[in-house]
This record gives sequence, C-alpha cells and structure tokens, in this order.
Amino acid sequence: MERAQCIAMLYPELEDKLVVTIMGASAQELYDLGHRENFFYLQHAMGLASSIGLGLALHLPEEQVIVLDGDGSVLMNLGGLATLARYRPKNLLHIIFDNGSLLSTGGFDSHTTAGITDLAAIARGAGIEHVVAVDSPMDFGEAAVEALERNDLSVIVVKVKAVGPDNYGMDLALPENAFRFKRCVQERKAAR
Amino acid sequence: MTVSYDNSKTIFEGIKAAGITSISALPETWLGLLLQRAEDDPDMQLIQVAKEEEAVGIAAGAYFAGEPHILLMQNHGMFGALNGIVSLAQLYGIPLCMLIAVRGHWGEPYPWHTRGGIVTEGILQALSIPFEHARDPEKVGKQIQEAWTFSQSSLSPVALLLTRDLMED
Repeated sequence: MERAQCIAMLYPELEDKLVVTIMGASAQELYDLGHRENFFYLQHAMGLASSIGLGLALHLPEEQVIVLDGDGSVLMNLGGLATLARYRPKNLLHIIFDNGSLLSTGGFDSHTTAGITDLAAIARGAGIEHVVAVDSPMDFGEAAVEALERNDLSVIVVKVKAVGPDNYGMDLALPENAFRFKRCVQERKAAR
Repeated sequence: MTVSYDNSKTIFEGIKAAGITSISALPETWLGLLLQRAEDDPDMQLIQVAKEEEAVGIAAGAYFAGEPHILLMQNHGMFGALNGIVSLAQLYGIPLCMLIAVRGHWGEPYPWHTRGGIVTEGILQALSIPFEHARDPEKVGKQIQEAWTFSQSSLSPVALLLTRDLMED
C-alpha cells in the first residue's frame, strides 16, 4: 500500500477538518490532490506536527484535527505521544504513515524497518487508548472512519511502501501558508 | 535561597493582566510556584510538555486558534527547542512569547547550570531573538505585556529572561 493511496482515500473527509502534515512526500501528496485553506504543511521542524495538532485541538474543541505524520518525524518527538496521551484531546486523529524510511532525506532505513521498533506499541505505552496498526487500504479506511466517529484521541499507524512523488514543489510560500491557515481557522471560528 | 513566593505571584498576575489564557511549560525550580498558580487557575490552560520543543508546536497551534498563549521554560530547555524556534516559528512567521528562567549566571552556585547561562545571550543574539531581562517585580508585569505585544506585532519569537534577582528571595 502506498501513502498517496491512503491520503487520496482520506481526502474527501478533509474538507471540514483542520489538517497538519509533515514535510516532504506527505505534504506534497496532499497538496497535489488540491490545496485547501485548512491544510498546514510543516516543511521542517520534524516531530512537531503532532504538537501543532495538540495546540489546535485543545484550543478549538469544536474542530476536528487530523495530523498526517511519519515514522521518522514521530521518532524525533516520542515524548509528544505522551503529551498527547496526558491531555487526550477528543478531537485529534494522529495518523502515522510508517514507511520504515527517512525517504525525504535520502531513503535511509528508520528504526521501524523490519519490525524493530513498533510505533503502535510505543503509542499504547505512552498511554493512548485507541491505537490501531493497519497495512491494507480496507483496514485503513475502516480505522479512519471509526476514529473520526469515536470522539476520542486516536492513533492509526499505517504501514506503507517507501515511495513518494516524482516532483516536489508548491505554489505556496511557507509564511503564506501560515497566514492563510490562521485566517481560515479564524473565519471558521467566527462562522460558528 | 528559596524561590520567591511574592514575585512568582506578581509574574502570574502580570501574565493574567496581559490577557494570556494558555501556557505551555516544562516545570523548572524557579517556575514551580508560578506553574502551581497556573494549574490552580480555572481560567488558565496549562499544558505540560515532555520536552520544550513540543511547546513551540503547541504555541503555533494556539496561535492559529487565536488563543493568547505563552511558553515558560528554562534557558537549557530553550536550547532543546531551537530547531522548532528556527524552523517553525521564524520560518513561518509565528509569534512566540517566551518567559525563560535564566540559570547559570551571576551568583549561580551550581556548576551544571553555568555553561548554559554563559551562552544564553549569545544564542539569542545569533538567532535575532529580541530579549529583555526581568529583574524588578515592579516592572515585570509591564515587561510581560510588552513582550507579548512585540511577539504579536513582529510575528517573531521574543524572550523575557527571568533572572535570579527576580526569582529568588
């Protein structure tokens, strides 16, 4: 299964959510499906996508927040899983695409390769109750639907192939993304 | 030496007066009484992190959400947060109002704090992070308000350095 396939399955659900992605392939694959103002692409600061998601979710309880994370980024902020567990925002879905690779920075194996490190077990051990690991499109779809209906903090670890897009590039400067994302969040807030 | 009860109270009152409703923090000796107040205040959301860099992400989320939020940490914690400060806050133009306990400077008895204290100002200067020292309880409330205002207008990290004079009795 490829991450792009999962993101494409999820895409129709993202219109009314706040979405934060990590750098590189995940950001590009979402962008290539069509940028929306409610998408924020964290193109650096690896590890902090889930922390941004936590900050959004805790302060916007009426919104549903989805973080598209990766194994390499999560490994840089394992403590963040414990912080998520402690504050347990009901409106946060943390999806971790685990390709076992630092794909965007040269394709070196990450610690999750060959089953050495189990991110779902780490998330459970951090204290997150609803954690599932999936490796097929059908299971991913089911897990995503369940998580979005659950009204509780959920983590889905998705085993995917270490492949990414052929081309990288966005017609969106980084501060522009931040300004527009903030404006979008504020407009949605005002409309409620 | 003990942490100043009165000045911790004054600082918390300054935070409240600046309109702050949310704090991310990693507990630190000098910040203990302050964080206790934050925890006990039903109108203040306190988010304790496992490592300070998380607080930069949380602060970005709070900023997008429109929630007045500050970060409380020790200077050594700021060192651990540097990539987030540079590659999230500065790169994207996201304000950070940081109140930083500066350990390891004038009067520091503990050897383990000293290197960090010695290099703190140089690191802030190297990153073009504006900073002021808070030494006087009469002025700290105004300084918190000013740090908050400047972070929001400059869309930049700003540091108010909480010194020994202020934090210890």
